[in-house]
Amino acid sequence: MMAIAAQKEPVIVVRNLSVEYLTPRGVVKAVRNVNLEVYKGETLFIVGESGSGKSTLGFALLNLVPQPGYIKEGEVLYRVDGNEVNLMKLPPDEQREFRWKHVSMVFQAALNSLNPVMRVWDQLYDTIKAHDRNVSREEAYEKVRNLLSLVRLDADRVLRAYPHQLSGGMRQRVMIAMALLLDPKIVILDEPTTALDLLTQKNIIEVLKNIKSKLGTTMIFITHDLSLAAELADRVAVMYAGRIVELGDVYEVFYRPKHPYTYALMKTVPKLTSVDEELYPIPGSPPDMVNMPPGCKFLPRCPYAADVCKQVEPPDEWVASGHLVACHLWRELKLEVRSP
Amino acid sequence: MAPARSLKRVFRTFVIEPLKIIASSKAGLAGFIGLLLYISMAAFGPYIVPLDTRPKPEKRYLPPSWEHPLGTDFEGKDIFSQIINGARDVLFVAFMAGTLTVLIATLLGSIAGFKGGLWDSIIMAVDEVLLTIPQFPLLSVLAALVRLNNFTLAAIIGVLSWPALARAIRSQVLSLKERDFIEAARALDLGTRHIVLVEIMPNLMPYIVVSWILSMTGAIYSQVGLVFLGFVPFTSHNWGVMINMAWTWGAIYYKTSVWYILSPILAITGFQLSAILFARSLENVFNPRLRG
Amino acid sequence: MSKVLELRDVSVAFEVGRTLFSGGRMAKAVDRVNLELGEGRTLALVGESGCGKTTTGKVAAGLIKPTDGSVLFYGKDVWKMKREEFKEFRKSVQIIHQDPYSSLNPMLTIFRALSAPLFRHKLVSSKEEAADMVSKLLETVGLVPPEEFMNKYPHQLSGGQRQRVVIARAISLNPKVIVADEPVSMIDVSLRLQILHLMKDLQRKMGVAYLFITHDLATGRYFARDGYTAVMYLGTIVEFGPTNSVILEPLHPYTRALLSAIPEADPEKTRMKKVMELRSLDVPSLLNIPSGCKFHPRCPFFKEGKCDKQPPERYYVGKDRWVACYLYE
Repeated sequence: MMAIAAQKEPVIVVRNLSVEYLTPRGVVKAVRNVNLEVYKGETLFIVGESGSGKSTLGFALLNLVPQPGYIKEGEVLYRVDGNEVNLMKLPPDEQREFRWKHVSMVFQAALNSLNPVMRVWDQLYDTIKAHDRNVSREEAYEKVRNLLSLVRLDADRVLRAYPHQLSGGMRQRVMIAMALLLDPKIVILDEPTTALDLLTQKNIIEVLKNIKSKLGTTMIFITHDLSLAAELADRVAVMYAGRIVELGDVYEVFYRPKHPYTYALMKTVPKLTSVDEELYPIPGSPPDMVNMPPGCKFLPRCPYAADVCKQVEPPDEWVASGHLVACHLWRELKLEVRSP
Repeated sequence: MAPARSLKRVFRTFVIEPLKIIASSKAGLAGFIGLLLYISMAAFGPYIVPLDTRPKPEKRYLPPSWEHPLGTDFEGKDIFSQIINGARDVLFVAFMAGTLTVLIATLLGSIAGFKGGLWDSIIMAVDEVLLTIPQFPLLSVLAALVRLNNFTLAAIIGVLSWPALARAIRSQVLSLKERDFIEAARALDLGTRHIVLVEIMPNLMPYIVVSWILSMTGAIYSQVGLVFLGFVPFTSHNWGVMINMAWTWGAIYYKTSVWYILSPILAITGFQLSAILFARSLENVFNPRLRG
Repeated sequence: MSKVLELRDVSVAFEVGRTLFSGGRMAKAVDRVNLELGEGRTLALVGESGCGKTTTGKVAAGLIKPTDGSVLFYGKDVWKMKREEFKEFRKSVQIIHQDPYSSLNPMLTIFRALSAPLFRHKLVSSKEEAADMVSKLLETVGLVPPEEFMNKYPHQLSGGQRQRVVIARAISLNPKVIVADEPVSMIDVSLRLQILHLMKDLQRKMGVAYLFITHDLATGRYFARDGYTAVMYLGTIVEFGPTNSVILEPLHPYTRALLSAIPEADPEKTRMKKVMELRSLDVPSLLNIPSGCKFHPRCPFFKEGKCDKQPPERYYVGKDRWVACYLYE
C-alpha cells in the first residue's frame, strides 16, 4: 500500500551539501554530501540518532547553522513562484525575510522559545508586523484566530496569557501557529513532540495532520522517533554519520528497507502491540565524527560487510521505485521486515 | 577508605601533576610565576634590598635611575626598596584574610546547605545581617576600636568577607545534594562522611580554590583602603601607606614624583593580575572536565 | 518464590503553595500504591511524566520515607527495622537513574567510583583487590578491556558506556532488587537493546529483580514481557497484571486511551489506530487532583454521581489481574 504520492514538484533541492563544525578536537563532518529533493505538499521525515547530522541538516536548509559550524560546500535551492532561490547567496536581510515567509522552523526546545515576559498575542502580533508593516490589527487578529483554531487552541484563553501560564502542549501548539503566521509554504519541525506527555503528543500529531490536510504545507520533520515517522510521514530519509543512507516511501522504508542500518533499526525498536517478536541489538556504536575511517561508516556494525565496503564509501543509488540507498550490497540483500 | 600512599606518590599527585597542568596554559604559568616572584619578594626581598630609611631631602622626587629604579619619594628615600619591603605585610594580611574567609565560608556554607533546617536558617540570618551592613564603614569603625596589627587586621577582614562566599557555597551544596550520583551514594550506603568528603567536596573545590585567590585580592583592597584612609597605624613602606603619603604630600602634582604614587598601585595590580591568571589554571587542576 | 519487595498502601504527600502569608495544601505524589515484586522477577511501572512513578521507585529503594503505608523487604517493615537490618536492606536495593551524565560524580575516576562501595562494605581490603574486582565488574557489563576505562573520568566516556558503569556500580553489592528509572531513555535507539539485554543477562546470572520505570510503554513491554506491568496515573495504580495481558488487552479506560494514542513504529498499524476520544483535553496537575476516580474528567465512560465521588477499589478480574475502575466492579 503506497502513500498517496504528493505532486512531484520539488520545492527544495539540496545538492552535494556538506556542513562542518570546527571544534577543539578537530573538524566534525556533521553533514556529508547530502542530495535531497523535497516535493510540494509532502511530509518528509529525516530520522537519525544523535550525531547523525539531522539537526544540522535542518539548520542548513535555513542557512542557520550555528557557530562554530559552516557550510563547506553544496547548495540549497528553493523553487518559489517559478524562481530558483539560493538562500545562502541572498543578503542577510533578504534571507531573514525569506525565512518565516517562505520557510519557517519550529525549534526543538520550542517550549522555551517563547518570550516569557510578553503575552502570547503580543508575540504573534509582533512577528506579523515585523515582516509586513501594512497589516492592520484586525487582519492580524483574524489570522491569529484562524491559526489558533487550526492548532486546536482557544484564542480567547491563549492570547491574553503569558507563556508560563500555558501547559507544555499548549506552548508547543503556539509555536506551531507562530511558524504558520506568514503562510510559509514549507515548515521545518525539529523534534516537535519530545518533552510532551504521551496524550498531549497525540494531540500535536492530530494538529499536524490537520495542518497537512487543510493547508497542504510541505513539512519536514527532524526526529529520532521512528514511531512519529510511521504516523505522519509520506517519505522517510534515514541519516547515519552525516549521510542519507536511505530515502523512500514510508511503507517501503519500514517494511522493505534496503540499507542494513535501516533494517537493523527496524529490528531493534520495540513494538508496542505486535505479536512477541525477537529484537536484535545493533553491536558497536556510532563512529567518531572527527576521525572517520574510510569506506562505509556503518561497516563496523554491519553483518553483511564486504571488502568493497572497507575501501569505498557507497554512493547514492536509485532503486527502481523512487527509493535512494547508499549501500554497495543492496541488490544482494533481500531484507524484509514484514510482508504488507 | 583507600590505604595510605607512599610519600613519593603523594608528592606526585599533589605537586608534580598540578604543576604540569598549570604549566600547560600560558596564562596560568605566567600567573604562577608572577605569584612566585611576589612571594619571593616578600620573603627574601628585604634581605637583598634593605630598606632605605634615612631622609635625604636633597634627593627628593628623583626620577628612575640605576641607583633608584623607581625614583625617590618626598623625603628622598628610595621607592624600590619600599616596595620590596612593603610586600611582606601586604601579602601576609592578604593571605591570612583570604584563607580565613574561605575557611569560614566553606564551613558555614556547607553546613547550611547540607544540614538545612534550623542550622540553615540561623546561618543565613547571620549572613544576611552581615551582608546588609556597609562593609567599609564597619571596617573603619572596627579599625578604630581594636588595636591593630597584621593579625588583627587579617582577622577583621576575614571575618567580614565570608557572607557572600558562604551563600554561593551553600547554593552549590544544595544543588549538588540533588544530583543523581549523590542519591546513588546514599543507596550504596556510603555514609555521610564519604558523601561530604569524597562526593561533594571535590565538586566544590574548583569554586573554593578560585574564591580563595579572589578573597586574597579583595583583602588587599580592603587593607590598602584602610591604610590609605589612615585608619591603621602604619609603617612607611606599606603600599597603602605609600599611596596615602603620595597623596598627602602632593606627589601627583610633580612630573617626577608620579612614580611615588604609581609604584604601589602597579605593585598591587601586578599581584592581582598574577593571582587571577593563576586562579584560572587552578580551575583546571581541580576540575578534570576542563582538562579534556 | 518469595516476595522480595512489597509496597502496601504507600502514599507520599508533599506540601504545595506555602507562602509567607498562607499555609500550604497537601498534594499526593503517590496515593495508596500497592505493589509486589517477586525474587528475580520483573515489574514494569509505566505512566506519563509526573504520574509519580519515579517517587514510587525511590520509596521502593528506601530513599524516600512514605508519609503513609509500609515498605516490606522479605516481609519486614523497612522503616521499623533496626539500623543494621536497614543497612542490609539499603544495600540490597539499588537504583539506576535515567541520565548517565549526572549519575556519576564528574570528579571521580571510574575506578574510584566503583571501588568506593567495595571498600566501604569491606568486600576488598587493598587497592590490588579492589582493582581486581572492579575489572571483573567492568567486564561483566561489557566494558573491555577494563584497564582502558578504570582511570578515565565520566566525561571521557560515551552515554552508553556511562550507563554501563552505572549498572556495574548497581550490581557491585549483589543486590536483590534494582530500581531502574528510565535506564535507556537518554540512550540512542540503536544502543538501547544492548543495555536492556545486559540487564536481562544480569537478571539471569544474579537472580536480581527489577522495578522497571518508564514512560515508553513499548520498551516497558519488551523488558517486562515475562513479568508484570502496573499502569500509573496521577499517583495511583489504575491497572495491574501480566505484561502482555495489560498491553494487549487493556481494561482501564486510561490504559486504553494511552495505548490508542501512542504511535507505533509500524506505519500501517499506527495509521489504522482509532484514537479514543477523551471528554476533556485538560491535563490535570497534582495541584488540583480530581475527586473520586482521578481519571473521571477525561474518561469517556464517566458515570456522574459514581466516578466523581469515591475513588474505585481494586477489582480483580483474574488471579494476578486487577483494575481500579467501576466498570469492573
